Amino acid sequence: MKAVLVISARDNVATALRALAPGQRIDTGGTVVIVAEPIARGHKVALQPIASGGPVIKYGSAIGTASADIPAGAHVHTHNVASRRGRGDLGVPATGLEARLAEPPDDPPGRGSDIPGAPTTMSKESSS
Amino acid sequence: MTIRPGFLGFRRRDGRVGTRNHVLVVPTVICASVVAERIAAATPPLGVALPHLAGCGQLGPDMRVTHETLAAYCAHPNVGAVVVVALGCEQVLAQSLADVARRHHKPVDIVGIQAEGGSLKATEKGTRIAQALAGTLAGEERVWCDISELVLSLKCGGSDYTSGLASNPTLGRVTDRLVDLGGSAVLGEIAEIMGAEHVLASRAKNPATAAGLLQVITRVETEARALGLDIRGTQPSPGNIRGGLTTIEEKSLGATHKGGERAPLEDVVGYAAPIQRKGLTVMDTPGLDVESVTGMVGGGAQVVVFTTGLGTPTGNPIAPVIKITGNSRTARGMSDNIDLDVSGIIDDTETLDDAATRLFAEVVDVASGRQTAAERLGHREFAIHRRNPTI
Repeated sequence: MKAVLVISARDNVATALRALAPGQRIDTGGTVVIVAEPIARGHKVALQPIASGGPVIKYGSAIGTASADIPAGAHVHTHNVASRRGRGDLGVPATGLEARLAEPPDDPPGRGSDIPGAPTTMSKESSS
Repeated sequence: MTIRPGFLGFRRRDGRVGTRNHVLVVPTVICASVVAERIAAATPPLGVALPHLAGCGQLGPDMRVTHETLAAYCAHPNVGAVVVVALGCEQVLAQSLADVARRHHKPVDIVGIQAEGGSLKATEKGTRIAQALAGTLAGEERVWCDISELVLSLKCGGSDYTSGLASNPTLGRVTDRLVDLGGSAVLGEIAEIMGAEHVLASRAKNPATAAGLLQVITRVETEARALGLDIRGTQPSPGNIRGGLTTIEEKSLGATHKGGERAPLEDVVGYAAPIQRKGLTVMDTPGLDVESVTGMVGGGAQVVVFTTGLGTPTGNPIAPVIKITGNSRTARGMSDNIDLDVSGIIDDTETLDDAATRLFAEVVDVASGRQTAAERLGHREFAIHRRNPTI
C-alpha cells in the first residue's frame, strides 16, 4: 500500500495511508519530502512550506488557512490550520464566498483526469 | 434492443414507485408516540411507527415543517397503508394527515387516544386496524420498475479520511450512473457543502439554481454568526478530527463527491419538500444524520446510501439505508452494521469503478426487497428537524 495519497496536482498536502515516522522519505513524483514528526494514518503531511496566512490545498481546493508557518514534512491539522467558514465567533460577515465561486472546481484538463474533481486524479505515490 | 436496468418495486395508484410496503403508524404528537410504537410492534413485519417529539407547542415555520414531514411520510411510496394515532387536543390534525394518505390512494384510519378511552383501548383498536391493513398489503406483488423511477438519498456520517477518498467517490459514481439513466439523487446537509459550494455551483443547470444553493449556505453561516458561535464546535465533529479531517471545507470537499462528478444540479428544495426533478437535487437539511435522512426520505427518496468511515448504525422507519465504508477496520469491527466494504480502494486492491459497480448492484437488490443491515437490526431512527424552540 502507498504511504501517502496526493489527490490533485494543485495540493500542497498529502494524506497518510499509514502512520508516518520522523525521517521517513516520501517521493511524490518529483518532490521529495522528509517527514518531520509522527503523522497518524488519515492525517495530512505538508508537501511544501506553507506560510502563515497561506491556503492549505487538498482536493485541488483550499481547505483552510495556515495559522502558523508550516514547514515541508510537518503534520497539518487543527493546530496549524484555521477554517474561515461558519465563524460566528469572529463577529464578521462570511467572507470569501464570491472568491470561492471563482475558483476552478478542480484541476484544469490535462493536469489530472478529464473528470473535474474525480479522485481518479489521484497521483498515488509510494514512499521510497 | 437495449436492456435498461430496473428493480422490482411496488407501483402505487398515484403513479409513484415504492421499494418497501409498510403499514405506517403515525402519531400526531409526542403524547401519541408510545401507543403508535406499540401498534406497530404488534403488526410485524410490515408495521413501522414514526415516534417523534413534536406536534404541539410549536409556532410558525417549526409547526409547518413538522406537519409537512409527517404528511410526506403518509404520502411516501414505500408506505402501503396508514394508521394515524391522535391524542385529541394537539396541533397536528389527524384528519389532515389522513387526507394526505387518501389523496395518494392509500387505505387509512384514525385512532384517538382520548376518544377511545385511553392507551390500552387505543392500542387494541389501532392494532386491529393495522393488522387488517397489513393483511391487504401482504397480497401485493412487486413489479419491474425502470431505474429512472428511483430517488436515491446520498448521506455520509462518521466521516474519516477514507470517506473522501473511497466511499464518497464510489457513491458519486453511482449517482452519475443513475442520473445518466434518468434517475434522481438528493444531497442534504448544507453545513457539509460549505466550502465546496463552488464544485456544485459550477454544475447548476442555471444561475437561479446556483443562487438558490448559495442562499441556503449563506443562511446556515448567518445563523451560526447570529449565535456568535464558531461552527467548529460541531463541524468537523471530534471524531472527524481524530480521523484526520481538519476543517469543514475539507470535510465538505470530500462529502460533496457523493453527488457525483458530472450530474447537473437541477434543484434546491426545502426540508422534506418533494424532490420533483430528475438529476441531482440539494435539500436544505441540517448535518445531524437522522434529521437529514428523515428529510430526504420525506422528499421521496426510496433508498438511502449512507457512507461511513468510523461506522454508524442508524436507519430509517420506511426506507432501506445501505451502509458502505472505505475503512477496513470499521468493515471488520462493525461488520454487523456494514452492507458494503470498499476499503480495497484504499488498499489499492479495487478500483473506484469496480466498487461503484458493486454498489449499483447492491442498490438495485435492496430496492427490490433485500434487507439492509440497518433493517435487520431494527434501526428505524426518525427525527424531525426543528426550526424554533418549543413554546
